[in-house]
Amino acid sequence: MRYLPLTQADRASMLETIGAGSVDELYCDVPEGALLKEPVDLPHHQGEMQVERDMAKLAAKNMGTASAPSFLGAGAYRHHIPATVDYIIQRGEFLTAYTPYQPEIAQGTLQYLFEFQTQVASITDMDVANASMWDGATSCAEAVLMACRATRRKKAVLSGGLHPHYREVTETYCQYSDTQVAGRDGHPEHQATADELDDLIDDQTACVVVQYPDVFGRLSDHTKLAEACHAKGALLVVVFTEAVAFGAIKSPGSFGADIVCGEGQSIGNALGYGGPYVGLFATTSKLVRQMPGRLCGETVDQDGKRGFVLTLSTREQHIRREKATSNICTNSGLCSLAFTVHMSLLGEDGYRKLAAINHERAVTTADALDAVDGVEVVNDSFFNEFTVKLAKPAAEVVEALVARGILAGVPLSRLYPNRDDLGQYMLVAATETNTDDDIAALAAALKEVLA
Amino acid sequence: MTFQTHTGNRGLVIEEKLIFEMGEPGRSGVDLPDPAPVKSRLGGLARDENSEIGLPGLSEPQVVRHFTRLSQKNFGIDSGFFPLGSCTMKHNPRLNEKVARLPGIADLHPMQPESTVQGALELIDQCAHWLLVLTGMPAIAMSPAAGAQGELCGMMAIRAALDARGENRRRVLVPESAHGTNPATAAACGFTVDSIPATEDGRVDLAAFEAKLGDDVAGIMLTNPNTCGLFERDVRKIADLVHAAGGYFYCDGANFNAIVGRVRPADLGIDAMHINLHKTFSTPHGGGGPGSGPVVFSDALAPFAPIPYVVKTEDGFHLVETAEEKDGKKPFGRLKGFHGQMGMFVRALSYMKSHGADGLRQASGDAVLNANYLLARLKTKLSVAFPGYCMHEALFDDDFLKGTGVSTLDLAKAIIDEGFHPMTMYFPLVVHGALLIEPTETETRESIDQFCDAVLSLVAKAEAGDSEFFKNAPYLTPRRRLDETAAARKPILRWSPSNA
Repeated sequence: MRYLPLTQADRASMLETIGAGSVDELYCDVPEGALLKEPVDLPHHQGEMQVERDMAKLAAKNMGTASAPSFLGAGAYRHHIPATVDYIIQRGEFLTAYTPYQPEIAQGTLQYLFEFQTQVASITDMDVANASMWDGATSCAEAVLMACRATRRKKAVLSGGLHPHYREVTETYCQYSDTQVAGRDGHPEHQATADELDDLIDDQTACVVVQYPDVFGRLSDHTKLAEACHAKGALLVVVFTEAVAFGAIKSPGSFGADIVCGEGQSIGNALGYGGPYVGLFATTSKLVRQMPGRLCGETVDQDGKRGFVLTLSTREQHIRREKATSNICTNSGLCSLAFTVHMSLLGEDGYRKLAAINHERAVTTADALDAVDGVEVVNDSFFNEFTVKLAKPAAEVVEALVARGILAGVPLSRLYPNRDDLGQYMLVAATETNTDDDIAALAAALKEVLA
Repeated sequence: MTFQTHTGNRGLVIEEKLIFEMGEPGRSGVDLPDPAPVKSRLGGLARDENSEIGLPGLSEPQVVRHFTRLSQKNFGIDSGFFPLGSCTMKHNPRLNEKVARLPGIADLHPMQPESTVQGALELIDQCAHWLLVLTGMPAIAMSPAAGAQGELCGMMAIRAALDARGENRRRVLVPESAHGTNPATAAACGFTVDSIPATEDGRVDLAAFEAKLGDDVAGIMLTNPNTCGLFERDVRKIADLVHAAGGYFYCDGANFNAIVGRVRPADLGIDAMHINLHKTFSTPHGGGGPGSGPVVFSDALAPFAPIPYVVKTEDGFHLVETAEEKDGKKPFGRLKGFHGQMGMFVRALSYMKSHGADGLRQASGDAVLNANYLLARLKTKLSVAFPGYCMHEALFDDDFLKGTGVSTLDLAKAIIDEGFHPMTMYFPLVVHGALLIEPTETETRESIDQFCDAVLSLVAKAEAGDSEFFKNAPYLTPRRRLDETAAARKPILRWSPSNA
């Protein structure tokens, strides 16, 4: 087998050195009858060509977003990834390293983590960011738990504009820690107002969680909400699913947010059917010791040269065990490298321009769809994603468009299967990858299907 | 060495600035078209055009060179022998990277209609099937993001099952030698942690364990093979006892690599176990992730497994994304956005298909053989923590360094200069100054021999009284020992113009 270097002669002489008669003898502690004598009932080994063929067959049964006009969003966005990104992340020194436990031979990983943390803190306009979480949804849940620790309170208020997966994951994480999760159901046509959550914030509230732009694509200024939270001693958590947005819209930090977290997939990471992605997590200097996850910090080595290490690890599970701020260990290292490389390529100008193009594409798409009978764009404001109300059930329309070779939007019924009132709504996202032809094809197909 | 260069660079080792120190306004590594002018619909929330975000501008060649240089300051499996115990740093085949990037996989959106992702769902189902056959278990949750989330998944299922039984059991038994994630996970599920001591031969103290059982015990979290690299030979008794006491058996599968294809955890009486695809099934560790931690379940816990999950019916594969109650039992919720670490399923399946049932069995056997060979060679000088054969990793304590003035850490740093990644140090906590060495099955006998020769010569050097040499190691790395205390005392966690 091509990954296994030992020869039969190696094995025999190594057993001799060990003083064992067989490999089975090394398994002498396995209880009687539990040691299998034969391979399990699965196919035997295959060469590289055969495996690649098998996998390609599975891939060919799918309709990828690269092969069809696609307007899917709802927390994962198709963006162009520069070729450089994939080249760098496939360098073996990055790909096959692990958590930098030995900093002297992991300065490559540590320095890019420091750069990653700085980039995330910069785009969110917060003091500090950690070295990544698993994804946006788990970041949101961890933010709620962190707010509970920081305030010593046990109630979280979730906005109706929060992505349902983020809400569900937060509820899952809170359900066994006596943390109460309150909130309102969202609706794309009931515009959230600055004070809609005010009556839910009381002196037991640890935090309020809002999404910006929200799950329906809308933008709201959360400055007043931050003030309302702070007046009651609660924290404001601002969640996002589209990291490109902050090149065009006001930063969550400027609202006075205490924790800003979300999904970083949009920068440098492929859609990949939902993972692995990279959770971004930023906060204020004041709260840094309550943060979950790994942190990279600057220091010097014994020759006085600048270097980087993992730091403040007394928050973490390998030191604090049951008192740790989180159980997270392995995070999203390589995905954060992809983010860092892509963001480095973009730079200030590129990031802002990318955001401007995304907005332009979405405005153009919205205008084109608004002109179709049976389609109504319901958002007053949006960045690169908005909600439309269709004259027919959205899930059926989406299927009809698949038959026409188009991946339209995400029907809200997919995200809210129990909400009969949302059956006719669909989320539509447009990015720099959507051409004028894509938009025309979507509008034409919708016209046909809704006629 | 006193050789000085004008630049501070030393041959291939380049002093590399932070990107924030090398950018120029107006530079960019991307060429994007100017957007057509449209009326903004940002609702008055457009970012102020004059306020800087603070991102440096670099050209593409600068970015390529920067990250290439950074990569050269890193040690990966591709660089050399990486026997980091409990992390299973085995070869990461490039085929797996290639197939993960196939069109029809890498470009799939997680919210596409089912009809357009039948191949993806089939792939998840196949990966699940392999893992089920290898563990002998009846059910699996594929969504957990990494090992620690797998633990959360397993322990939440246990909590949900207890709730469904109407029982308020809150104590979880965890051996002292466990990974830190075990107690952290138990605490996150509202359990209290009760430590079980180890016997002198590195296993669970069965009598102490039995004495701790009671009607408030939710279960046990046991790593097997355990973190000392040993098979828990009483594992079946432990399973029977915990079941008889009304609790569940969570097995931490971090060390599954030792037994794949040779022992099915189902035959040991477990109720749940996570599998680190990034350890046992060779998906790359990526400098700290991403991982993937599917969890297999017994029939008793299966109804509580989280959403989403894939089911196969006559008309194809379906993704179940809502938690429906059945017979008073219900999935405990959702753990992650979307459906799990698909990119890791692809790589793991490609790895499993490459090895096949025969190759996987050979791989675990070779992993155990390599570890025992290394153990046999090193125990001539190093002090073995526990007697007998080991599984896939060999554990030593620091008794052999007594009186030399050299610590486990010092020895590890000297091993770096020899061109190896050191072993895991100071874990498990039950062994003083622990050195946990896991060679994996993908190392040649020659590289293990070379490592053993180097370690043995370093030990001889320590015994000869040259502790100063060790205190100052490493000498040959891009950075010497780093001041971690200073880093924690006054944390600098980002670049800013003021700390430049």
